[in-house]
Amino acid sequence: MKVPVSWLSEMVDLPAGITVEELEAAFVRLGLEVDDVVRPPVTTGPLVVGRVLEIEELTGFKKPIRYCQVDVGEESPRGIVCGARNFAVGDLVVAALPGAVLPGDFAIAARTTYDHVSDGMICSVRELGIGEDHAGILVLGQDGYTPGTPAAGQLGLDDVVFDLEVTPDRGYAMSLRGIARDLAAALAVDWRDPAALTPPAWSGEPAWQVSVADPQRCDRFSMVALEGLDPAAPSPWELRRRLTQCGVRSISLAVDVTNYVMLELGQPMHAFDRDRLSGPIEVRLARAGERLTTLDGVDRALTDDDLLIADGSGPIGLAGVMGGASTEIGDTTTSVLLEAAHWAPTGISRGVRRHKLPSEAAKRFERGTDPEVTVVALARAAALLAEHGGARVVGAPVDLDVRGPRPVIALDAGLPGRVAGVDYPASQVVDVLRAIGAAVDADGERLQVTPPSWRGDLTDPADLVEEVVRSVGLDEIPSVLPSAPAGRGLTDRQRRRRSVGRALADAGYVEAPAYPFIGTTVLDDLGLPADDARRTLITLRNPLSEEAPALRTTLLPGLLASLARNLSRGQRDVALFEHGAVFPGGLTGTAPVPGVDRRPDDETLAALLGAVPVQPWHVGVVLTGQREPRGWWGPGRPADWADAVQAARVVAEAAGVELTVRAGELAPWHPGRCAELLVGDRVVGHAGELHPRVIAALELPARTCAMELDLDALPAAPVQAGPHVSTFPPVLVDLALVVPADVPAAAVDAAVREGAGELLESLRLFDVYTGSSVPAGSKSLAYALTLRAPDRTLTGEDANAARDAAAALAADRTGAVVRG
Amino acid sequence: MSGANDPYDPKQVAALSAEALDAAVQAAAEAFAGAGDLEALAAVRPAHLGDRAPVLLARRELGALPPAARSDAGKRVNAARVAVTEAYAERLAVLEAERDERVLAEERVDVTLPWDRAPRGARHPLTTLTDRIADVFVGMGYEVADGPELEAEWLNFDALNTGPDHPARSLADTFFVAPEDSGLVLRTHTSPVQARTMLERTPPIYVVAPGRVYRTDELDATHTPVFHQVEGLAVDKGLTMAHLRGTLDHLARSLFGADAQTRWRPHFFPFTEPSAEFDVWFPEHRDGPQWVEWGGCGMVNPRVLRACGIDPEVYTGFAFGMGIERALQFRSGVGDMHDIVEGDVRFTTAFGVEQ
Repeated sequence: MKVPVSWLSEMVDLPAGITVEELEAAFVRLGLEVDDVVRPPVTTGPLVVGRVLEIEELTGFKKPIRYCQVDVGEESPRGIVCGARNFAVGDLVVAALPGAVLPGDFAIAARTTYDHVSDGMICSVRELGIGEDHAGILVLGQDGYTPGTPAAGQLGLDDVVFDLEVTPDRGYAMSLRGIARDLAAALAVDWRDPAALTPPAWSGEPAWQVSVADPQRCDRFSMVALEGLDPAAPSPWELRRRLTQCGVRSISLAVDVTNYVMLELGQPMHAFDRDRLSGPIEVRLARAGERLTTLDGVDRALTDDDLLIADGSGPIGLAGVMGGASTEIGDTTTSVLLEAAHWAPTGISRGVRRHKLPSEAAKRFERGTDPEVTVVALARAAALLAEHGGARVVGAPVDLDVRGPRPVIALDAGLPGRVAGVDYPASQVVDVLRAIGAAVDADGERLQVTPPSWRGDLTDPADLVEEVVRSVGLDEIPSVLPSAPAGRGLTDRQRRRRSVGRALADAGYVEAPAYPFIGTTVLDDLGLPADDARRTLITLRNPLSEEAPALRTTLLPGLLASLARNLSRGQRDVALFEHGAVFPGGLTGTAPVPGVDRRPDDETLAALLGAVPVQPWHVGVVLTGQREPRGWWGPGRPADWADAVQAARVVAEAAGVELTVRAGELAPWHPGRCAELLVGDRVVGHAGELHPRVIAALELPARTCAMELDLDALPAAPVQAGPHVSTFPPVLVDLALVVPADVPAAAVDAAVREGAGELLESLRLFDVYTGSSVPAGSKSLAYALTLRAPDRTLTGEDANAARDAAAALAADRTGAVVRG
Repeated sequence: MSGANDPYDPKQVAALSAEALDAAVQAAAEAFAGAGDLEALAAVRPAHLGDRAPVLLARRELGALPPAARSDAGKRVNAARVAVTEAYAERLAVLEAERDERVLAEERVDVTLPWDRAPRGARHPLTTLTDRIADVFVGMGYEVADGPELEAEWLNFDALNTGPDHPARSLADTFFVAPEDSGLVLRTHTSPVQARTMLERTPPIYVVAPGRVYRTDELDATHTPVFHQVEGLAVDKGLTMAHLRGTLDHLARSLFGADAQTRWRPHFFPFTEPSAEFDVWFPEHRDGPQWVEWGGCGMVNPRVLRACGIDPEVYTGFAFGMGIERALQFRSGVGDMHDIVEGDVRFTTAFGVEQ
């Protein structure tokens, strides 16, 4: 809501000398957020009102040009050349004289143009920096100003405009009237309510035959008819200026007046061309198949929830949202039917959303308007149309008013204080509520509060509490730290997520959280087969991009996109991780929408919670380039599949669970370089090198690797038992085993461990050898065993026995042969 | 006493003569002086200070002397041994000093060489800042509550006093899940976690809910459709707005320094009444100390308590929430949201692993 200070000051006795900053602070304290303070453009030098005395049409140029004699309050008129044609002799205009500098550093000087000396310039709205209109020059009308007077005041060049953000509950603040009332109370100054006018005693036949079929959604509907409007009458400059300042485009006198009154009183109105109406008007819900072309030219299909204004021809307006094109006033309209009504906010909201029509009128109706002012607004508009357009009211107004009594809220005068933690005396509470316009019936601490007609948002005691707290000031609230009961700290799950993130960062991975939106294209690129579970997607109705309308079922698309972005920016060695929710499995049901007047029953609540899909927390890494850089110490080491598998081990270790690995096969991994990650018998993820086809499809560097596992699938970490630390000396023995090449190291490792028995303290595979000294088709695995007893110094025989047992079990299980 | 395998003539104890001892001392001194380095010195040491060295062998002969002569000879032997030991120590000191001077100097390395063999990783600053905020609340006795990002519409809106026709519902720029009657949305705030908590637990409740939320904004310098919030909720007997202010002031000081404080402006949220937006005074702002808009707060609307099965006549509650991206932007002087969301390693690595 844009608020020109000059307009506001007509209603509020602003303290002399109040600054823009003080006004801004007052608005903020009221809860009227100041989005912007628009200061007028800076113009220097002589800028005056002028009257056009003569116009000489110059011919022979590419376009028609006028040479005008303009009275600027000096002894003789000045000759000014002008290319615009929207003015006549006698019109008052704004003249910038030589020496003036207009916005944009536009310096005016006397100069020869079109064979004449132009001793100044007649200005358009845009040249003055007060609007966008450049279709012609600004015409102030024919009277009201004396030539030669400085024009800045008339132009609003000394006027500051506040752009206030009005919260959805404060419909009344969508008007100068509402803001003036709040501001006057905040500054403790007098103000004049522009709605405090008594409509004339119109009489005669009612303006039109009207009925309201849905009093629930329209409890007051008022109309007045006018005739004799001069369709060519321009809107006075003052009115146009204010509309411009408030961001409303000037269209015609009739439309401008309705908009002006809406800004002033907060009551949106609609003007019908009375001659284009046929038959009685009815306010009713739309019927099946009805359509309406609205003022914006859009032909709209209506639903049975759309409230209409209809006449004999059918729908002529979408109530409270937008009028229809068929009865729009135009260039020839002389007879107008003005409508002002009170609509139920919720219905308006639905209409706005359904038709995507957030009009200025709807913005006010959905926040709630003052039902008291419909006829006042009509009277105000009628007076303006009479003054500026020669229109006169005919007949009596229509005023169908079926409002019920206003609600009364019982309030304990101590409640605001108990909520705020501030001691407000009961008398202060009463004063504040009366200042916002409420009627208060006080019986000691028990108050009966009737909110004012313009405050439909005040329905609960809590709403009144807010008014008291806000009006007295939030700064009054002290700062007191509450003492919460002892908490239990983070849960194991929360600790695990932190540990995993830290461990991967310590291992050289950079966290890169991606947007979780994906499309099927990337799943195709990843080579997921048609029946892959990760293709079961949950889709958004209104995605940001049609290419990525669904929620991720795997972290890899986001990680690989981040990887590609880093590569495109010149990085070569990149290792990224992400952990976050994925959304697999599709929808499992529909979430019910119970009422809110009490807790939903257990069954409903269970259905509600059950319809929310399980969203497992995954962790993934991608990496490419050098895992260890080359340096003065020697060559680097490229990232490979083993790094990806190791990342999974890092995660498992941080999570405190034991991970086993075996060969797997799953898209998007290379079938020969894919590790299946298990905890116990459960597959929790995969790691390895990406499939060459995937790498090609996503244009990634060769040998790019990835890992993804389901962190939520990892069991809780057991409480670690403290190991016995033996102080006896260890015996170190090596064991080289030759096995067929396709025997996994993990199998040999397990056999050696089991075979060596309890004396084995640690086992390390320190070499894998294939070459001439082992038979073709086999490999040599060299292990270092550290053997130690808890209770004695081991002998050579003990150590050899353990080593031989290990070799024997490995031979038995895997066909291993001890290498000579 | 002589060694068992050492035949000797008890009358002949020439080894104890002053001349012999002097000669031994002299020989030792020359040998030590002749040793050019520590290795050579170590090599000649056994001959003069080892078990078979003359001065040590001489000592064994003392026992063969008559008691009257023993004392004299003993003194001589000791003096000789001390002389040899000192000669050795002196030479050792000299050679060690030489070594320190020369050899260690030769072994000098350039300690400024980089050893960046291990790649550098980092946690995202949104993660670490979220953790930090959560930790402040854990320190106050709060627990951290989690909830799903894909959420029931009822919990995201209705339960929070934002009915189907509430204007705030259209303002919230919600991502809706297909089909139309799914009843699911991507949560627009972490407030549904508050609703879940109230439905699950009984007061007193003190929880903080960090997490990822969604709104249909296009990505630009200050907006992102996917962002992070931390919300807090306290429901207890006798809680007031003063307690809310105390809590937010404490958080501000914990994150932004002892001089930080909060300022409130009246505002509107469907789930709180009264409601306010709060600014934080941030002395370290890169453009100088100033108030920075940070979040929203208020007293839990009694209607919300009722929908979650809590009696508003008995309990009051307060709630607050703030954006992590916003906090990161002003706390770390990040001008462009793109840097926060694009996963560029140059941005994130600057923050390191953080505590």
